[in-house]
Amino acid sequence: MCRASKSVLAELERQHCQTVSIGCRGGGCGVCRVEVLMGKYAVGTMSRAQVSLEEERCGIVLACQLYPESDLKLRVLNRKN
Amino acid sequence: MAMTGVLRPGFCQLRVLDMEKSMVHYRDRIGLDEVSQEKDGRVYLKARDEFDRHSIILRSADEPGMDCMGFKVLDDESLTQLEKDLTAFGVDVEHIEAGEQPGIGRRIRFQAPMGHIFDFYAEMEKSDKGPMVQDPHVWDEQPRGMRPIRFDHCLLYGDELDETAEIFQKVLGFQVSEVIRVEGDVINAYFLTCSTKAHDIALIRFPEKGKFHHCSFLLEDWNAIGNAADIMTRYDISVDIGPTRHGITRGKTIYFFDPSGNRNEVFSGGYNFYPDNPRREWCEEEVGRAIFYYEKQLNDRFMGVVT
Ligand code: FES
Ligand SMILES: [Fe+2]
Repeated sequence: MCRASKSVLAELERQHCQTVSIGCRGGGCGVCRVEVLMGKYAVGTMSRAQVSLEEERCGIVLACQLYPESDLKLRVLNRKN
Repeated sequence: MAMTGVLRPGFCQLRVLDMEKSMVHYRDRIGLDEVSQEKDGRVYLKARDEFDRHSIILRSADEPGMDCMGFKVLDDESLTQLEKDLTAFGVDVEHIEAGEQPGIGRRIRFQAPMGHIFDFYAEMEKSDKGPMVQDPHVWDEQPRGMRPIRFDHCLLYGDELDETAEIFQKVLGFQVSEVIRVEGDVINAYFLTCSTKAHDIALIRFPEKGKFHHCSFLLEDWNAIGNAADIMTRYDISVDIGPTRHGITRGKTIYFFDPSGNRNEVFSGGYNFYPDNPRREWCEEEVGRAIFYYEKQLNDRFMGVVT
């Protein structure tokens, strides 16, 4: 499990895991978009062009802004055009 | 005078998600000077070796990216001429009143086919923190952070690339210093200059309109790039790639990201361009070396990560 002070993307990058694309790491570019299927988490600031409020409510987030508070189950999505 | 019409990139207005973090990034880490913070929330910054009042504008928004890029033209007459030329070419022109940004004169604006908004202006107040002019020292106040000299250029992504490059060449008086030609007539990247710099703006083909790849700050030399790299590691700034060198322009570079995901570049060197120089061309097979000369290949982020 990840330490909650690190984002999911930062932890995946540290582990050289390439399942989620690594982009800006700042919640701006959207290449790290994922859907949280299960688990508890907090999020940082995310571009509304990549994750709308509606989507955020449905568990769609940017992995670089995703801070786990339990084990998480994720589905990898693409950047939104 | 050899240089007329459009002189140089003058400003870049960026959208940021978190102003406080952005100020730490642009002011304390990159080392731009804060000029003013206005009632509408926009923050104005400048680099130490610029005479004009400001060059980087940050605006809080819920998505990052570039609002507009401004070019300084020689004088008001040139601005009037530019408007005539744009209109004659079939480009719709908008007028932005003087003072829409503090200290700036009237602006002519158009939206390029690529989707980006470009402004042109002849007047901007001089900064009282500009370079010294009387018996000058190399700097007045000691440079901070990455020690940026000036805002240098932008790389922008979008479709209708050829149409946009045509306006820059035929109307705005830019010349193409380098291109990446993928095959036959298809050009995927234009490097355009309005001066003796190797580029003042670069444009790359991308399926979405109006995307921002990076804005670049000029540093003095390799040592300054090294200093910038130290700062990036020390303060855990998100780095894209570098220190490395571009084959195109030959500039030494680091790409990195601001806290909202907008890409920045620190950059040094590059050749001088003169209007009689032949155009340099890169074929698709050599595109890795063209962009990242030492790695000799693109990273995934170069083509896919934009705001
Ligand atoms: S890496 Fe750019 S939004 Fe997460
Ligand atoms: Fe650049």
